[in-house]
Parts: sequence; C-alpha cells; structure tokens
Amino acid sequence: MTFSIVPLRTIAYARSGDKGDSANIGVIAYNAAGYAFLREYLSADKVNAYFKPLGVTSTIRYELANLEALNFVLNHVLAGGGSRSLRTDSQGKALGQAILEMPIEIEDSILKQARRSY
Amino acid sequence: MNNIVRIGNAQGFWGDSPGAAARLAQQQPDLDYLTLDYLAELSLSIMAIQREKDPSMGYARDFVEVVRSLTPLWKKGSQLKIVTNAGGLNPLACAQACQRLLQQERLPQIRIGVVSGDDLLSLMKTNPQNHSFENLETHESLIAIQEKLVTANAYLGAKPIVQALSMGAHIVITGRTADPSLTVAPCAAHFNWSLDDDYDRLAGATIAGHLIECGTQVTGGISTDWLQMPDPAHLGFPIVEVDANGDCVITKPLNTGGKVTINTVKEQLLYEVGDPDHYLSPDATVSFLSLTLKEVGENRIHISGAKGNPPPPSYKVSATYRDGFKAEAYLAIFGVDAQTKARRCGEIILQRVREAGYDLQRTIIECLGAGAIAPGVVSSAPSMECVLRIAAADSRQEALDCFAKEIAPMVTSGPQGVSGYSSGRPHIRPVFGYWPCLVARDQISPIVQILEASR
Repeated sequence: MTFSIVPLRTIAYARSGDKGDSANIGVIAYNAAGYAFLREYLSADKVNAYFKPLGVTSTIRYELANLEALNFVLNHVLAGGGSRSLRTDSQGKALGQAILEMPIEIEDSILKQARRSY
Repeated sequence: MNNIVRIGNAQGFWGDSPGAAARLAQQQPDLDYLTLDYLAELSLSIMAIQREKDPSMGYARDFVEVVRSLTPLWKKGSQLKIVTNAGGLNPLACAQACQRLLQQERLPQIRIGVVSGDDLLSLMKTNPQNHSFENLETHESLIAIQEKLVTANAYLGAKPIVQALSMGAHIVITGRTADPSLTVAPCAAHFNWSLDDDYDRLAGATIAGHLIECGTQVTGGISTDWLQMPDPAHLGFPIVEVDANGDCVITKPLNTGGKVTINTVKEQLLYEVGDPDHYLSPDATVSFLSLTLKEVGENRIHISGAKGNPPPPSYKVSATYRDGFKAEAYLAIFGVDAQTKARRCGEIILQRVREAGYDLQRTIIECLGAGAIAPGVVSSAPSMECVLRIAAADSRQEALDCFAKEIAPMVTSGPQGVSGYSSGRPHIRPVFGYWPCLVARDQISPIVQILEASR
C-alpha cells in the first residue's frame, strides 16, 4: 500500500458560517468513496486540534450520509463573534477555506476513487 | 389553485443588491412571491441607533425604494406579493412609509399587512431574573447586562404572516421573523396547510426557505467553485418552486450568472446549521437526514423527503446590549521584511497609547497577507508586502480617541514603504454584544394588522 499526503480540497468542498461565538463548517465529499474515507478519517478530535490556534474549546461532528457530508460545530472559535470579535474574520467565513487546506494522509487507491472527477 | 408556488429571494441581507427585486421580477414574470431578508443577528442594534435619532425610523429604509422599483410592474397588473422582515424594530413605520409611496404612485389597491409583537425589550428589562432569558451560550443571567440592553426580539414564525396574507395583504412587513418562515408562510397560505399539524410539509418549505434566504449564496456566491462560475457579475437570485407536499425545485432565472448544482445546494443546506437532525425553527423541527437531491434539468435541483416534527416550546430571542466601543485601522507596508515591520508598527502604536495613560482592554494586531486570517492554522509564504490591521476595543471612548490619533504618526515615523493611510483617522464605533436566549410561546402574542388605504 502506498499513501499520499494531499490537501482535503482534493476530495471535498466546504462552507462555513457563524452561530454566535461558534461556527459551523460543512465538509462535503465529491463522491461516496470520499465520504466513506472522511467518515473514518476526519474525526471531531482531528478538526478540533487543527483549529486549536483559534481558541476552539470543543468540536461536535454530525454525519449526513444522504448528502455525503459532515457538519462540524466549533465552539467558541470566533473570539467573541459578531461585532465583539476584533478579528478580520469575526464570522468564520474563512474557516471553510482553512479546513480545505488540511493535509490528509490517504491510501493511493482510495485517493484515485475519492478525487474530484468533474 | 396552482400546483406549485414560485417564491424568489431578492435580498439576502441588509446591504444586498438594491436593484435585485425589480430585476428578478422582470426575469421571472410568473413569480408569485418575493421574499427579502434584512435582519442579521446584530442588524436591529443598528436600527435602534437610527430610531434613537428619529423615532419614525428603525427599519430598513432601502425597502421603500424596493417597493418604488416594483410599482411599474404592479401598474401593469402584476400580482406579485412581497414578504419581508424589513420592518426591523418599527414595522408599522416601515409600512406607513410604503403606503405613502403607493398612494403617490396611485396604487391604493396594493394592501400592506404588518406583523409585530416580537419586541421583548420591556418584558426582559422588567424580568431579568427569568431563567429563560439566560444567555444560551454562556448561561449568564440577564441581570449582568440588563441595564445595557438595546434590543430584544423573538423570532416569530409563519403563522401571523399567513394571517396577513389571508386578509388580502400584497405586501407583508414584519419585524424579527425566522428567515425560513418568510418562505413557509406563502406556501402555507397557498396550499392551506395546517401550521399545527402538517409538519413534514412545513419542514420541506423550511428547507426551501433556508436555501434561498441568503440570496445568491445558493447560485454560486461564496461557493468553493466561485472562480469557475459563469458570468459572476450577474449571479441570478434564487427561486424555489414548492409543491403541495413541501418538496421543491430550486432554480434561478434563465440568462443569469452562476449555477444551481447539487454542490451549490449542498453547501447552502449546511450554511449556519448545527444539528442537522434537529434544525429548529418556529414552524417545525426539521431533519435534513432524509433529504434527497436530484438534478432534474440545467440549474434545477429537486429536493424532497424533509421530515418535520413540532417546533420547540419556546421562541428563540436575539437580544443585543451595549458593550463599549471599537476602532480599527489599516496601514500598507511594502519592502523587505514587510511582515516584521508591520507588526512592529502595531506594537509601537499600542505602546504610545499605553504611555498616554490608556491600557486598552482588548487589542489585535494582524499582518494581512502573512497568514493572519487563520493564524496558526494556515500559513502564507513571506511576501514583499503586508497590510497591518490593528483593532482595539474599550469601554472608554476617550481611550479609543487616543488610539485613533496614534495611527497617522506612523506615516512619517514608521518604516520606508508605509502607505495606504488615505482613508484617514479611524472611526470609533459602538460594540453590540449578542445575547441569544429563549422565551416561552405563551409570553408572545403576534399582532397582525392591515393598513387600509385612505382615498
């Protein structure tokens, strides 16, 4: 078995937004193979650790098998959120692009199937 | 009765394209309803400031211009109806302004319905010890900020809008209403659904409303594929064709930019969603987990299978309170070691404010262009240029006055290659804290009235 390290965007797309001081990120696989991989690989713990530098306190993951998507809720990741946060991205709009840069380690045969094909 | 109802959205937020409503109505003449959403979490606090200066204000004045832009269509006999939360804190004043305009335009037959009763400010100020008013995120008691409350409004559901439509309103103006309810109401009115029983249908219409409530976000805007979108200067605003079961096709007018694809729809479905098995709205508790998406034509996605249960026993409340002031400034730095120079400029500004006697309560220095948006998560390669963004917040306005005056001196005392000060001294703005909480349904009585045209 050979593995590659690629950015998450190779096999998924995303959207993020705010909910008060928390944010959510939807991560959507391009196909069923990608979803099967992400369901195993992209745990709430992994996402929480990735966003630790932004101050996230906990992360909850929801599975949407029908949409081949995972929804992550990142608690207290916005340094106050809304008008209170002093950050440029006070509403978590950039978190989708940020998660898509996450390096993932994936077996080459799975990568071949999970990759965007359109 | 038509077997589908066509509902468009031409305003995703206060500040969205002002010409979108008339454009969408012209592009899609068979549209039955237009919804326009003006209220984000903190919009009402801005309207509160406007009302402080003038008691006849406190609503989205832009909406009156939208009504003006639609008058030529109504004069030609269009039956288009409008549902909007543009009323903000003062739905009656908004409605009266629209009524004056319609009379000037000799369109007295266009009836306006007004929904109010969402304003809880006095109830919350007089009952701060009520447990339901505790902050949903922090669980703090309202007593902590009771004196500083600026607005407090419950998210009403579809019911009072349905009532206004059934009383013959062509334009329904509300204050705070749950965004999807602006779409659920026309569906329920058109198909005569029961708001106390038809939860699967209400769930389907809630999904339709959720998909269009942010305007072009479902037709290519903020899509991961944004750069590949055709004609991005003219993204079409979205339309849902809802059937009697609450299933829908989401689409956009012909010959407009952007795309409606499985991907854009999935992205918007997940926008600002928590638990997708329990999406809470005042009309129904909705599960996304049974949804089926199918492409049924170019830019046409069919969505079916929504499951609904009764809504929660409380209404969600969005309150805001005064939380001091903030200011932000930008300086562009060009040259070798740009990022180091930018950061040092920021540190010098804060040091000078400190030496003037103000230890600012909250500050941030961001080196934009050098990995500042998601610091520590995604890095950027070193560059010859960097924008310093420095922001501060404090309960003392004079502390921020001092901060604002310390930006310009960097133009002559900072590094070679500093520029970008043309926007001048930063403005000091009030900060509004967000206070989400709940209110029992029986504490709220929505009020519906129809403005009768005076002839």
